[in-house]
Amino acid sequence: MLNEVKSSPLGDKTVPTGTHDPVCGMEVKSPSKYYIDMDGKKYEFCSDNCQDKFALDPYKYIKKMNKAEPSNRTTSYGIEKLSLPVVGLHCTSCVNTIEKEIKRLPGIKVAHVNYATETALVEFKSGETNTEEIIGAIKKAGYKTGQSTLKIGIRGMHCGSCVSKIEKELKQKSGVISASVDLGTESAIIKYIPGLIQLDNLKKVIEKLGYETYPIAGLKQEKETIEKEAKGKVEEPVDENQAAREKEYKTLMHKFIFAAILALPVIFFSYPTVWGLPEQFQMGSPVLRYIWMAMGILALPVMFWAGSQFYTGALAAFKNRSANMHTLIATGISAAWIYSMIATYFPQIFPVAGLADQFFDVIFVVVALVVLGMALEIRAKGKSSEAIKKLIGLQAKTARVLRDGNEIDLPIEEVVLDDLIIVRPGEKIPVDGILVDGSSSLDESMITGESIPVEKREGDEVIGATINKTGSFKFKATKVGKDTALAQIIQMVEQAQSSKAPIQKIVDKVSGYFVPAVIITAILSFVIWYVFGPAPQLIYALIVFVTVLVIACPCALGLATPISLMVGVGKGAENGILIRSGEALETAQKLNTIILDKTGTITEGKPSLTDIITSNGFKEDDVLILSASVEKSSEHPLAEAIVNGAKNKSLELFDAQNFNALPGHGVEANINGRKVLLGNLKMMKKFSIELGNLEEKSTKLADDGKTPMFIAIDNKAAGIIAVADTIKPDSKEAIALLKKMGLEVVMITGDNTRTANAIGKQVGIDRVLAEVLPEDKAFNVQKLQNEGKVVAMVGDGINDAPALAQADIGLAIGTGTDVAIEASDITLIKGSLKGVVLAIQLSKATMKNIKENLAGAFFYNGLGIPIAAGLLYPFFGILLSPLIAGAAMAFSSVTVVTNANRLRRFKPKL
Amino acid sequence: MTPDQIFVIIGGLALSAWVAWYFWFSEKKAVKIQTAEGGIQEAVIKVKGGYTPDVLIFEAGKPIKLNFIREETAACTEEVVFSDFNMRATLTPYKTIPVELKIDIPGEYGFQCGMGMVKGKLIVQ
Repeated sequence: MLNEVKSSPLGDKTVPTGTHDPVCGMEVKSPSKYYIDMDGKKYEFCSDNCQDKFALDPYKYIKKMNKAEPSNRTTSYGIEKLSLPVVGLHCTSCVNTIEKEIKRLPGIKVAHVNYATETALVEFKSGETNTEEIIGAIKKAGYKTGQSTLKIGIRGMHCGSCVSKIEKELKQKSGVISASVDLGTESAIIKYIPGLIQLDNLKKVIEKLGYETYPIAGLKQEKETIEKEAKGKVEEPVDENQAAREKEYKTLMHKFIFAAILALPVIFFSYPTVWGLPEQFQMGSPVLRYIWMAMGILALPVMFWAGSQFYTGALAAFKNRSANMHTLIATGISAAWIYSMIATYFPQIFPVAGLADQFFDVIFVVVALVVLGMALEIRAKGKSSEAIKKLIGLQAKTARVLRDGNEIDLPIEEVVLDDLIIVRPGEKIPVDGILVDGSSSLDESMITGESIPVEKREGDEVIGATINKTGSFKFKATKVGKDTALAQIIQMVEQAQSSKAPIQKIVDKVSGYFVPAVIITAILSFVIWYVFGPAPQLIYALIVFVTVLVIACPCALGLATPISLMVGVGKGAENGILIRSGEALETAQKLNTIILDKTGTITEGKPSLTDIITSNGFKEDDVLILSASVEKSSEHPLAEAIVNGAKNKSLELFDAQNFNALPGHGVEANINGRKVLLGNLKMMKKFSIELGNLEEKSTKLADDGKTPMFIAIDNKAAGIIAVADTIKPDSKEAIALLKKMGLEVVMITGDNTRTANAIGKQVGIDRVLAEVLPEDKAFNVQKLQNEGKVVAMVGDGINDAPALAQADIGLAIGTGTDVAIEASDITLIKGSLKGVVLAIQLSKATMKNIKENLAGAFFYNGLGIPIAAGLLYPFFGILLSPLIAGAAMAFSSVTVVTNANRLRRFKPKL
Repeated sequence: MTPDQIFVIIGGLALSAWVAWYFWFSEKKAVKIQTAEGGIQEAVIKVKGGYTPDVLIFEAGKPIKLNFIREETAACTEEVVFSDFNMRATLTPYKTIPVELKIDIPGEYGFQCGMGMVKGKLIVQ
């Protein structure tokens, strides 16, 4: 806090230097005669005006000074001072990594990364290195700078000199990292540091030179790879990982084509009897020997290029004392190759001529098929993670922000809290906020899954990434960056997709022993066939050895659960259901009891006006106007419902005089000279109001779950105004669906039994737990669990947090942009109870899918391996060919991924 | 029984025993990570067919930073998953991808590739 604030009209006698006024930002000659000493630091000002402003709220300005704003200043000694915002600093260790990496560059004087302000301060000799290299160093350390890329169209360029003129001019501006202008496409790609220079200024630079600019692709967040930058390619930034995947797919396909083409002649000459080839190509002929030699040599590129991943993968795993699919394939094809080479070059060492056979075809076919399988798997897996990509793609790129009275287009990263943002029809809402001016209807389907557009008025929350349909409006940003609903959704989905379903733990145990067990099985099969098998024993033993290795498929086993989980969780997000973990998804299908909180879950949670009954000839509108005018001064939540009811009818309200609240009874006031009484039966009795049949009517309202209030005007009963928390339109339907699914539905509420039973009856709930204090809700959940039930609690996540945590599955009903509710296992973004139905259906569908996958994987391995080992041979004479084993192995993982992708077509049965 | 059959039986059994010992029972070489200045335990893990090193020893309660460098494009190792912490990182080939953790409770925490074929372990003491 302020230790000492003293001001003096006289400056200290120190050497004059330049400093900045923290209030207005003007350069001030130091020592200035206006200054304040605070916490041992001296702040100097241009005038007494700024000094006064600072003294009133010093931290506001100090904070502003320390804010991570990029800057770039050159001193007279040719030392450049650069301040860069760094994105993604998680802990202090990041700081060291970045500093180390920057210091490796030549000409660096100072490199200091501040963890708190997320800024890198670098002093370097201009000429020896540059901003771009420093940004490169930060990236190399694994972090991002707040760099943006702008692609902009330029009209009016005629020649190469225009290009260099614009580039030169742009590059001179501080904040511009690189600029490349392309005459052919009439566009420029500018990399710049947002904050140091604004989009508008960049445009102005180009326009000042006499060219016209026009938007083409908008702004993209920095995502380009270093390699691409080096090439200077004019390309839309794409996801690096996607690019790597695409490249890997292409490489694998090339490898497949290579191996497959070579496999054709090899198969042709490997089975001379099958094709009925002439004598000179039959077993034992010298011509065939030469062909074998050629095959042996051709096999080398197939093994060591097309199949190189098997060897590198196997070797790396071997060093780590572990084994995987690569180990199996590498061992299998190597064994086949070595045996075949011996048969080709040293046939005389075999005691029987028939043993000198070759298996080169196995190498070609297995490599081709397994490589093809891997390529197809990459493709299919790309589809499985589509949901998260879709979510990321929802993010708006720019925002039209109102700053200093001007509308400016800013990249979304530059939007700060409290910015006023303008949205026109058809545009995307850039960040979360509160509507302050105008109204519109918004398509929120991408976030909530609700297909009907939602009406928004002043004071309503708007969610980033949703689309404005009809009107224009202004809103104030309340959540930006990683705090927006969308960012939280993405984070939750990513986390859930990384989590482990309990079922996976069993699989993990198996897969840890799997591969070595397969190797041992293969060795023992070899031994058994060699000792007990039919002649030629060695050939049979080798075939069995290779087949067992090749057919085993650890991939299918390892993929079975995570891939379905990924698709299932993604599918949930698409429908407005956020699942926190694999465990939640697995437990949700075991539920047999659902506890629903009443307020805010079954009902809207906001009481509203439901009935107006008049008597003694009073008009409905008059009754409403008078009661609302009285209640305007009251703070009771029910009063708010009445006032809103009047507002919704666009009725004009009056000011109340002599307002008086009688606790436990009601309120009285004078409106326009009329005496108005509003309250319960006790109130009416107290003032001796004759109610007639109103009392009977009010009992009926109470039985319907409503709260009735009597109104008397000038001591004459005027009617009843009833207020109730309305039941959500689809609650009844959702509860019926839950019951149809065989679940027991229970309602829990703090309300009185009469109202609770009335509501329960309306929505079709038989078991009602009423008059439960908020702190006892968790206890009631436990009581049901003690009955041996698997219980889900559905509540709003704030008042019900302990109960949500106690339940086997806590489902929180999301409220607006608050989606990451800690206590819940599943968050329903859309308020509807149908989300509960959907979540359970999705859980069942996903678990079914996982079980199918596991069954498939066990089928392949559990059945494939014994058959490959020759278990059926003694009984049926069936022995698997290694070629078929290769095909089975290659397609087992593809089947698993494809089956998981079937989940993408999941449609809720509502 | 012929001598070659006896040889194959003995050889086969010996080889099986060796496979079991090598992959299951032999002591894996664990790397103990020293705490650097500032209290961070930082390690570089090379990803190529496997994780090198794949067993790392850390101290509990101090921040851990694992720098993954994936030196291959094979899609198997594209992702590294720390399912105990619900964390997942996509490893862009030939780039340093940091994963930061802080583990307070001593124990063994596995990490693996997206489909569980390649595995590693963090031992927190």
